[in-house]
Amino acid sequence: METLSLTINGKEIVAEKGKKVLWAALENGIFIPHLCSAGENSLPFGGCRLCFVEVEGKKEPVASCTEEVTDGMIVNTRTASVLRLVRMAFELIMSRHPIICRECPANKKCALQDISREMGFKLKPKKLPQILPDLPVDDSHSLFTYNPNLCVLCGLCVYICNEIVKEAILDFNFRGFITKVGTFQNRPLAKAKCNSCLKCVEACPVGALSRK
Amino acid sequence: MMGKAVRERFEELKKNALKDFPGMDGKKGITIYVGTATCGRSAGSLEVLSSFEDILKTLNIEARIVQVGCHGHCYAEPMAVVSKPGWPPIMYGYLTPNRAQILIRRFFNEEDPALEWALGAMEENDIVPTVYETPRWSRERRWLLKNCGCIDPEDINHYIAVSGYEGLTCALKIEPLEIIEEIKKAGLRGLGGAGFDTWKKWDICRDAPEFPKYLICNADEGDPGAFMDRTILESDPHSIIEGMIIAGYAIGAESGYIYVRKEYPQAVSVLTTAVYQARELGLLGKNILDSKISFDIKINQGAGAFVCGEETALIASIEGKRGMPNPRPPYPANRGLWGKPTLINNVKTLASIPKILVYGNEKVSSVGMEGCMGTAVFALAGKIKNAGLVEIPFGTTLREIIFDIGGGVPPIIKVSNVAGELPKTIKKQFKAVQIGGPSGGCLPESLLDTPVCFDTIVETGAIMGSGGMVVLDEDNCAVETARYFLEFTQKESCGKCTFCRIGTKHMLNILADITQGAGIMEDLDLLEELAETVKQGSLCNLGKTAPNPILTTLCYFREEYEAHILDKRCPSLECKDLIAYYIIPEKCQRACDACVGSCPTEAIYTRRDRLKAIDQEKCVKCANCMDACPAQYDAVIKISPISQLPESEPRDDNRSN
Repeated sequence: METLSLTINGKEIVAEKGKKVLWAALENGIFIPHLCSAGENSLPFGGCRLCFVEVEGKKEPVASCTEEVTDGMIVNTRTASVLRLVRMAFELIMSRHPIICRECPANKKCALQDISREMGFKLKPKKLPQILPDLPVDDSHSLFTYNPNLCVLCGLCVYICNEIVKEAILDFNFRGFITKVGTFQNRPLAKAKCNSCLKCVEACPVGALSRK
Repeated sequence: MMGKAVRERFEELKKNALKDFPGMDGKKGITIYVGTATCGRSAGSLEVLSSFEDILKTLNIEARIVQVGCHGHCYAEPMAVVSKPGWPPIMYGYLTPNRAQILIRRFFNEEDPALEWALGAMEENDIVPTVYETPRWSRERRWLLKNCGCIDPEDINHYIAVSGYEGLTCALKIEPLEIIEEIKKAGLRGLGGAGFDTWKKWDICRDAPEFPKYLICNADEGDPGAFMDRTILESDPHSIIEGMIIAGYAIGAESGYIYVRKEYPQAVSVLTTAVYQARELGLLGKNILDSKISFDIKINQGAGAFVCGEETALIASIEGKRGMPNPRPPYPANRGLWGKPTLINNVKTLASIPKILVYGNEKVSSVGMEGCMGTAVFALAGKIKNAGLVEIPFGTTLREIIFDIGGGVPPIIKVSNVAGELPKTIKKQFKAVQIGGPSGGCLPESLLDTPVCFDTIVETGAIMGSGGMVVLDEDNCAVETARYFLEFTQKESCGKCTFCRIGTKHMLNILADITQGAGIMEDLDLLEELAETVKQGSLCNLGKTAPNPILTTLCYFREEYEAHILDKRCPSLECKDLIAYYIIPEKCQRACDACVGSCPTEAIYTRRDRLKAIDQEKCVKCANCMDACPAQYDAVIKISPISQLPESEPRDDNRSN
């Protein structure tokens, strides 16, 4: 397998050709915040906009989940322009996410808490007011609960349900700010012929999908 | 190689087509061309059409009526061209069913062509001045719109008779690489708005090793205020089909899709007929014009999502998935529809292809300016006298388009209720032009001398976009305009990426606050930061361009934002929460009650001195009283900020209103 070397935050790294910068960094213990990536072998989703890095020679920060490594590439994950974007993206996500960690089923295993800790970002948005939705919680399924208010629209559950399990129970509904993950015609999960594999629950990085 | 057989087959088709084609010259008897594209129909052209039919029957005149598309003069719809032997073909505008009858009676019974309704003759002659002498036509260079309004879009023979499919015949004579070279020399750039070199896209797709390849025509025109693609689809569908066959041959694709939005029902039906007729004549399908080339087209209807104009979302939509953009690269030219190399071009780009091959690249590249050669089609809408389509060479300035061609900002005409008194004309000042729809920007008067070209427009902060131009006058508020466009993009965001989904919502909320007088100065900094990060961080071009209306208005009309925030004043008197209607007592007339009846909420009362006044509590700011107040008094005004409203006079207790 062809390998090439690159530098991330001053650290020299060897990576396979064709690998994306995000995975090369993570494998070498360099944290890049990310929510929506389903793994190296899937096509990048590109929705969370948290994994920006700066690549020398490029004018603007690029999403590391879609950027392939090249030989001699110099990557920085914490420059001012990167942090400006990532901070704003995180703040935007948190402005629609209720901060009720203590009651949340994902407390202490939540990707948002991880990002906040690793990046030193406050959970509560500093600049933006919170716009919290008040959507009904779907408690119909016997094994898990879906709370759309906690959802960050990373699309992992949709990806797994459609591409891995191939059940196609979950997809995105509506457009704009009110976009949400849901079933066909927004029916309750219990009526959606879900095969209860719970893969979506395992994949959820926050507390939106949780076991009962 | 196959040139000769193809040419022979084409000549045969053309001979056949000419047999039935009436032509504009009147040699084949009386012909009346009525424009029945969507713009014509909404202005009542179908009624005009049946009125023509009735009167011709009554007068026993043998004439042929042809339903054609739109000339682009949407302001003058319904329109018709009357071609009568012995006369040049004359174009009439602003028709009504009644006028159609009178026109025919005068023209055919009295030999009087009713020139007061004529826009001009369509041919040089010594009786009637031609339309080509008018400021609009003389500045235009009609290549893409050449056939629009002159042929029946639902009859392929009309298209062939005016040299349609000639470009295809030329293309099949040469090698695919030569076609790409020709396009390159002509300097054609993607007319959908991005301005990417067309030949490069074709070249990448042609070089992609995988098969089969696909070709998609992007006809998902969704910008508010843009209707160029619709007109071409409805008026000259075969130019697109011809362009697609040539493109398919050049890149090696055998199947194509036209992705057209469902909200254009007439375009869908015209296209369906066109594809069917082309197939019947062997212009689509296997062995086109007896050559070895095969190509066929499928029409795909979009379900009404603006974001599906973005190429990766469009591909997802055709594949039956939710229309959501995907990260690029991989670009569709390498990995597109069903994972195969796919070429996506806009309607206008594809419609340009046959013209380039017929005219030759020298002629096409001789007009325009450096880096942008050929012509561009713009849709003029908003506060402009002559709304409609214009096709101009690149490099024409915005001022020429808006003032010389579009006629500038129309005045408001107020009618007096005194018999014999002329209506009062209130002139309105030009304020800005929004180019490129919700993804574009608002450009002020000072930038009107910018020549139109992809690169120069981008420098101003707007984008060329698909070519929508919405003109704003002094009554349009810059903040409200930005809010309006942002509301559109927020609603149409697919919800996939954080910046576009949540960022636009925050920006929209801030703008709504400002227009309601609840903004603070810190909001402007936050707005600017949000706009910049959303522009930089969004996944697709919908998000990346959504902040443009905000950034340009903040740049060119910042004082309006400040007036809204600091003085709670809307300088254009548009934002309802910041204005109040007021009747100037000195101008109000005791004997007049015009405003009282116009008020839907009974907010207007009579004062003790019998003049009228408005109860601000009840007023819903509908502006009815302002319109109702006769021109000779003109007593109702709008006041902003509301705090400057004079104290209200007490009501006359003896009267009910």
